[in-house]
Amino acid sequence: MSEHNKNTNTESVISVRAMEIITALLFIAVGLTVMVGSIKLGASWGSDGPEAGYFPFYVSLIIIVSSAITLYQAVIVSKNKKTESFVDKESFGQVMAVLLPAFVFILGVQLIGIYVSSAIYIAIFMVWLGKYPIWKAVAVAVGVSAALYFMFEYWFQVPLPHGSWINPLEFLGVQ
Amino acid sequence: MEEISALFSGFAVAMTPFNLLLMLVGVTLGVIIGVLPGLGGANGIAILLPLTFTMPPTSAIIMLSCIYWGALFGGAITSVLFNIPGEPWSVATTFDGYPMARNGKAGEALTAAFTSSFVGAFIAIVMITFLAPLVAKFALQFGPPEFFSVYLLTFCSFVGMNKGSPFKTISAMMLGFALAAVGMDTVTGQLRLTFGHAELMRGFDFLIAVIGLFGIGEILLSMEEGLAFQGAAAKIRGKVVLETWKQLPKYWATSIRSCLIGCWMGITPGGATPASFMAYGVAKRVSKNGEKFGTGQMEGIVAPETAAHAAGTSALLPMLSLGIPGSPTAAVLLGGLLIWGLQPGPLLFVEKPDFVWGLIASMYLGNLAGLFVVLTCVPLFASILRIPFSIIAPVIIVICAVGAYTVHNATFDVWLMLGFGVLGYVFKKLDYPMAPMVLALVLGDRAEDSFRQSMLISQGSLDVFFSNYLVGAITTFALLLLFWPLIGKLIGKKKAAA
Repeated sequence: MSEHNKNTNTESVISVRAMEIITALLFIAVGLTVMVGSIKLGASWGSDGPEAGYFPFYVSLIIIVSSAITLYQAVIVSKNKKTESFVDKESFGQVMAVLLPAFVFILGVQLIGIYVSSAIYIAIFMVWLGKYPIWKAVAVAVGVSAALYFMFEYWFQVPLPHGSWINPLEFLGVQ
Repeated sequence: MEEISALFSGFAVAMTPFNLLLMLVGVTLGVIIGVLPGLGGANGIAILLPLTFTMPPTSAIIMLSCIYWGALFGGAITSVLFNIPGEPWSVATTFDGYPMARNGKAGEALTAAFTSSFVGAFIAIVMITFLAPLVAKFALQFGPPEFFSVYLLTFCSFVGMNKGSPFKTISAMMLGFALAAVGMDTVTGQLRLTFGHAELMRGFDFLIAVIGLFGIGEILLSMEEGLAFQGAAAKIRGKVVLETWKQLPKYWATSIRSCLIGCWMGITPGGATPASFMAYGVAKRVSKNGEKFGTGQMEGIVAPETAAHAAGTSALLPMLSLGIPGSPTAAVLLGGLLIWGLQPGPLLFVEKPDFVWGLIASMYLGNLAGLFVVLTCVPLFASILRIPFSIIAPVIIVICAVGAYTVHNATFDVWLMLGFGVLGYVFKKLDYPMAPMVLALVLGDRAEDSFRQSMLISQGSLDVFFSNYLVGAITTFALLLLFWPLIGKLIGKKKAAA
């Protein structure tokens, strides 16, 4: 998907190079965490064969080495990527417009259950980003939540979360 | 001949009215999944997996595999009509499909795409029918070192065949292995890498990763591009279908060539995407009309679609016969099999012949159902794409959340899904491949088990992977593929110097 990062405008939030460096560093951090965990478990040859951390230890070693090379390439070799934009301001705004409400939606799933939070999420998304009239947004939102209920809970008997804090649909008999 | 009688008994299993109905439902759902941006075959099946929990295993896997066929077909609709590849392997279809649609030949383009898809899949299924039992029989002689060397070959192929940075491929793959190691160690029973978090005891389920990486990640990318659908009109009339079918035999050589490319790329885990590009490239080079490719040539649709479907279908061969999925979608299907206590691999053919042959028979029927559904319902599916993104995006995120939750009935998994979504977005933009990561997550435990068993056999010596001709040959081939990027560079330099 390299076509996504070819734009080099001035409104860039972060460059490809910076993002490559951050990602490689995060990979190295993950590698180190796995390595420490593996050594704690035992990463050598025990009395009855390889210990529990034996395989993950070598996996972590490969992560660290390969990411270190990626990091080297990002810092030293690919200097031209300094000017390439990873994401510009407008696109970043669009991504955040999906990501942040999705975060709140999942919090809602945990606290008030999936049906009500789905309805609220879809309705707000439609009104806010799609500029739909409220009645249309509410109709779609309630319709989707009802369809989810009938499909999963009613027909296929797969329970979905009703809320750990409060169950707003208790009055409808949804336990 | 043994295979043919087994196949007929498979047809008897697959052709119950309930299973036929499931095929139609599965294909239709699959096409919708293929058409919708952000929902692909892999995460579509992952999300719909819980719906099949109440069904008998054969019916469930028939429905899931039909969703797979449907998703393969669906990608072509968006490519031809909207110039938006619904799936990565449909990118090459846009090169000639969209220009044809713009020239008022949408019906011809779609008929050519669907029929080629059907032909590609059909040939691959015939190959599976005759080859899978042989591979399974052969694999019955495998011990842990042979199995590990096959796993090694699978993963090294990703490094050798991927065009991007081999180090990024290795990092992504190893991240998959590291995530697969989290949770209960299957050999010692110890808790690994949970760092005291109870939620991590279950480990990272690859279904959650698939939904996040391919579903949420794709939505974020689509949102960034400010998706605006500008589609060509889509109607397929019977007359157009018949006229296109009359023209298609002209491209028999392209079809056969693309089938071979597809089957090869599907069995080795190259996947449908490189297969479609490779078939398109070869067709362009070989064809008399090569210079006209990109302006709306039917041959330019036949090649990638045949190859993509042949590859997508062939990916099920190693999954069924060795327990090694050739693609992320095949990996999700493998996950489905494991949920029903069916262990894909050589023993499946011996222990559950009804199931295996029922599934293979359903592949024939499912593809036929797929062709029928797509040829008759194109306007309906195309209209889905006209629903504005501001409605589709939150609905898809809600569906992904439902899918992630139902895997283990845990809200923590929905958070993980969001995390994997962000990871998928970053990975795609930085060219980190996601397929090897998902496959490492799926196969991590098995690869580790065979590695540890091999090490026990040899008392810690790596020589065990060269202990006989078979394992030695597979390991050597794997290492060649692993170092292929380096070898390729050296060869290129030598050529340039000469």
